Amino acid sequence: MRGGGAAGTIAVVDYGMGNLRSVAKALEHVAGGKPVVVTADPAVLAAAERVVVPGQGAMPDCMRELAERGLRQAVIDAAANKPFLGICIGQQMLFDHSEEGDVPGLGILRGQVRRFPAEKMHLPDGQKLKVPHMGWNEVRQTRPHALWNGIADGSRFYFVHSYYVAPDDAGCIAGTTDYGIPFTSACARDNIFAVQCHPEKSAQAGLALLANFINWKP
Amino acid sequence: MLAKRIIPCLDVTAGRVVKGTNFVDLRDAGDPVEIARRYDAQGADEVTFLDITASSDQRDIILYIVEACAEQVFIPLTVGGGVRAIADVRRLLNAGADKVSMNTAAVQNPDLVAESSAKVGNQCIVVAIDAKQSAPGRWEVFTHGGRKGTGLCAIEWACQVQQLGAGEILLTSMDRDGTKNGFDLALTRAVADAVDIPVIASGGVGNLDHLADGVTEGHADAVLAASIFHFGEYTVRQAKERMRERGIEVRL
Repeated sequence: MRGGGAAGTIAVVDYGMGNLRSVAKALEHVAGGKPVVVTADPAVLAAAERVVVPGQGAMPDCMRELAERGLRQAVIDAAANKPFLGICIGQQMLFDHSEEGDVPGLGILRGQVRRFPAEKMHLPDGQKLKVPHMGWNEVRQTRPHALWNGIADGSRFYFVHSYYVAPDDAGCIAGTTDYGIPFTSACARDNIFAVQCHPEKSAQAGLALLANFINWKP
Repeated sequence: MLAKRIIPCLDVTAGRVVKGTNFVDLRDAGDPVEIARRYDAQGADEVTFLDITASSDQRDIILYIVEACAEQVFIPLTVGGGVRAIADVRRLLNAGADKVSMNTAAVQNPDLVAESSAKVGNQCIVVAIDAKQSAPGRWEVFTHGGRKGTGLCAIEWACQVQQLGAGEILLTSMDRDGTKNGFDLALTRAVADAVDIPVIASGGVGNLDHLADGVTEGHADAVLAASIFHFGEYTVRQAKERMRERGIEVRL
């Protein structure tokens, strides 16, 4: 799974933040034999056909590790010129700034990463909503996109997060989800698609999204 | 709206699933990955492996099972049992677990909860609480598989682990576990209402209405059961259909 830069390669960026095995295995499951590599090598990212940036844990740690491993520019370059999928923190880091640890992101998409507001974390009947937002929630597809192909609007995906992205430009919103507030759960611009949920843990809907990414020609 | 989760639990020892009251009955043994796949196909929202391996030289077998599971089952996987140190947490996560559950070690060394949560994120850290009623409206935390009382109040301990950085609580009623009489709803509700992190109810499920009661009466965010699914009495799908009939939001 490591190394290599063969044609058609799908590269999963390894910047030391947790379990990449699930992402790589889910991609392999739908890749139809295309090589999936987990890599911390900027040259492999540059040679890859498409790039996936997963992420879990805390945004400040993710940004630090990305910089320390010399991967920051490689990720920015990949987001500029090849099919790019950001997952969870891999979505959040695309934005300008995060409230989590008050850190700057990569600034590729305009907007902020915010924490779920405590005062809104309840249902109309008063029932309290827990944070992290953990479990299967519906994603409304706010516009057509190749990565939604074959996935019913409102399908449930697995989420686990306490922060969400708030894009300045509504034009980059591809999906929304309700949890106390409506929030942006999928973004798309040009060759970039990014989701807050974990497609690698979202059963059939998630695998369909990953398969769509592998076949996507933006 | 966020769906309430149904989580089948598998007790795993030395690489095989055992369940029920008769641990020596080999007919009960199964391959954990096969069983996890079956639950995934039935629509389980997550799967939990509880490693009850007694001998330390067989402890690493769970890592291979987690690895195999991560290659074939694309829903979240929680693994607990025998987690003593942050190195154990990392090994399980690297093998493909999404969350790691700790119980005795959290009581003995609360810093482990704080330290692991800071390192891997609170979304990966589940604290399992085994509780037994000691007086009306009061439950004591037990460790060592329910053999040792701690004197801790379960509700206070739940609040404390949230402060320490737990992302979720797996709450088991020792009074109900294995009885098939339903969850201890008063315990579940007391803990679920006291904390702001999700609570998984466990212990005592004998029928599908018990699962629904855990949500409606117990205020649980997720419900865990083992034997009703393991012995084929009900499928996960049937459980979800019943919960939906009871007005609960589920993923179907």
